[in-house]
Amino acid sequence: MTTLLDVRDLTVRFGQTRAVDGISFTLDEGETLGLVGESGCGKSTAALALMGLLEAARLDGSASFGGRDLLALDEARMRSIRGAELAMIFQDPATALHPLIRVGDQVAEVLRTHLGSNRREATARALDLFRKVGIAAPEVRLRAYPHEMSGGMCQRVMIAAAIACSPRLLLADEPTTALDVTVQAQILGLLRDLSREFGMAMILITHDLGVVAGMTDRVAVMYAGRIVEAAPTGALFAAPAHPYTVGLLGSVPRLDAGWDDDLATIPGSVQTAADASGCRFAPRCARASNACRTEPALIPTGEGRAVACWHPA
Amino acid sequence: MRRYVAARLGQAAVLLLGVSVIGFALMHLAPGGPLALYTLNPTVTAQDIERVKHLFGLDQPVYVQYVKWVYGFLSGHWGYSFFGGRSVAPIVLERIPATLELMGSSLLLALAMGVAIGIWAAVRRNTLVDYGTATVAMLALSLPTFWFGLLAIYVFAQVLGWLPAGGIETTGNGSLIDRLTHLLLPMLVLALVLTAQWSRYTRSAMIDILTQDYIRTARAKGLGPVRVLVGHGLRAALVPLVTLAGLQLPLLVGGALVTETVFSWPGMGLLFISALDNRDYPVLMAILMVGALFVVLGNLAADIAVALIDPRIRLSHV
Ligand SMILES: Nc1ncnc2c1ncn2[C@@H]1O[C@H](COP(=O)(O)OP(=O)(O)OP(=O)(O)O)[C@@H](O)[C@H]1O
Ligand SMILES: [Mg+2]
Repeated sequence: MTTLLDVRDLTVRFGQTRAVDGISFTLDEGETLGLVGESGCGKSTAALALMGLLEAARLDGSASFGGRDLLALDEARMRSIRGAELAMIFQDPATALHPLIRVGDQVAEVLRTHLGSNRREATARALDLFRKVGIAAPEVRLRAYPHEMSGGMCQRVMIAAAIACSPRLLLADEPTTALDVTVQAQILGLLRDLSREFGMAMILITHDLGVVAGMTDRVAVMYAGRIVEAAPTGALFAAPAHPYTVGLLGSVPRLDAGWDDDLATIPGSVQTAADASGCRFAPRCARASNACRTEPALIPTGEGRAVACWHPA
Repeated sequence: MRRYVAARLGQAAVLLLGVSVIGFALMHLAPGGPLALYTLNPTVTAQDIERVKHLFGLDQPVYVQYVKWVYGFLSGHWGYSFFGGRSVAPIVLERIPATLELMGSSLLLALAMGVAIGIWAAVRRNTLVDYGTATVAMLALSLPTFWFGLLAIYVFAQVLGWLPAGGIETTGNGSLIDRLTHLLLPMLVLALVLTAQWSRYTRSAMIDILTQDYIRTARAKGLGPVRVLVGHGLRAALVPLVTLAGLQLPLLVGGALVTETVFSWPGMGLLFISALDNRDYPVLMAILMVGALFVVLGNLAADIAVALIDPRIRLSHV
């Protein structure tokens, strides 16, 4: 397996806040990585940084993608990669599609931009893509507007546009969060099938560990802008090492109750406070000790696993 | 759609009726009248005035005059000018092309410039470009059109002598160049206020739109900046902008009236002012109705255009 993406010390600053704080990970060709963490931990920011879609942010580190550093490319080079080799789909398919443009045209426009297809070729190919992503009556749907379609259908359209140029990597940012449970399963199944069929690598972003089970090869767990644990999916579920992962998996009842309330109130301050005093999860961690005042690094523990904790489970 | 248009036209008819009642009433309530001037003339006797009043039908009660006017207007007899005695319809209708030329060219210019400036300011928001265009726009909006008109005449006609001070063409020289040089100043003056409005409106619409998810999607697809800003951004802004165009029509008509007066532009506005001076009731009413019809139909056209642009809007009910 060759490495497709090698992210090193990716840091994203909005003014003084570090939304992403030095994360590193690699991804092989065709591999699927789950990026998991609660709301506000920097998952979307990391993905948008790789896409070069963040404005008013300061980026540091490097992200080598097929030999080029995504963070160092100029806008014109980046534009030729975006939507072609590196594609992204978003959380809310209803708002991610342009409300006044026919969905078929929204897919065809990718082909016309990157492959220089003419209108007829692009429409014919869009029809193929609609079939591929399982849209019923694709000939009719090509001419539909987003408001005439369900959320699941809209997400299929987004996926069709994303895979139009057979990208090597698809960033899927909470692609099923806005959808019904049954539709969620269908969309996840579709993504898995497509990534297998085309050997397309994928980063599946979610706050729900349940989603990554059976979907991904590996999982990276983020907390407050950092990766706190990374492991093969099966191993992570079998034996989570970081107390936060343990909490996410719901195996510690104590973390259930005040969980959301805590998160809602802390976000901004948690990072600056943690900057001074070591492990960011310590204030909410049952295992915290004096050692946790020093920030733990993400240390490999063998078998493709790594954890950033002084007291791993 | 057809039912919608029919219903809207029905509404328009009621509206125009209201406009005519109010216009007619105001005209007759105003002190003085078409014959006021003659009462000061010692050679005109009281009998003469009575005779003329009777001739024009001004001795009848106002409501009788109104009903007669409505009947005449609807059957195509718009009456005769009190001054000169010409039939009103051709007097008014022959002025329409000049007014349309001025309003149309100003509107197109204002649209092009206002939208371009608005997009520019939105993309560069909170920079010098944004503040600069905002200041100029506020200036243009807060100073009256006639002031800009007089300033333009002073600078470009009087001091520099580059352009004519008024009129639509040099008598005896109707060449295209001549007409364009005459059009330039009034067009720019009328376009100024409209451009200022359009630029501010486009800016706020675009700032809102540029934060939308579908713009991020467009960029994620690798589309170029023009495609993103115009193909996706401006396209979404068309709905509020076309709505604004409809709402702006009265402003355009009012602005054209002032501009025509300042530049002696021989359109309906100039005719209106002189008819107002003369209390030429039939001419005033005809201009009022043509102007109101223009605004009402323009609004209807804007609403239909919005429905054509935005597939989510259905024109099935009123
Ligand atoms: N444009 C921005 N300007 C300033 N701060 C931002 C900006 N975008 C994101 N942030 C901050 O960065 C942090 C990470 O946000 P991000 O959207 O990446 O989180 P997330 O993990 O994707 O969360 P969610 O599950 O809600 O999508 C948050 O604290 C957020 O407030
Ligand atoms: Mg997010």
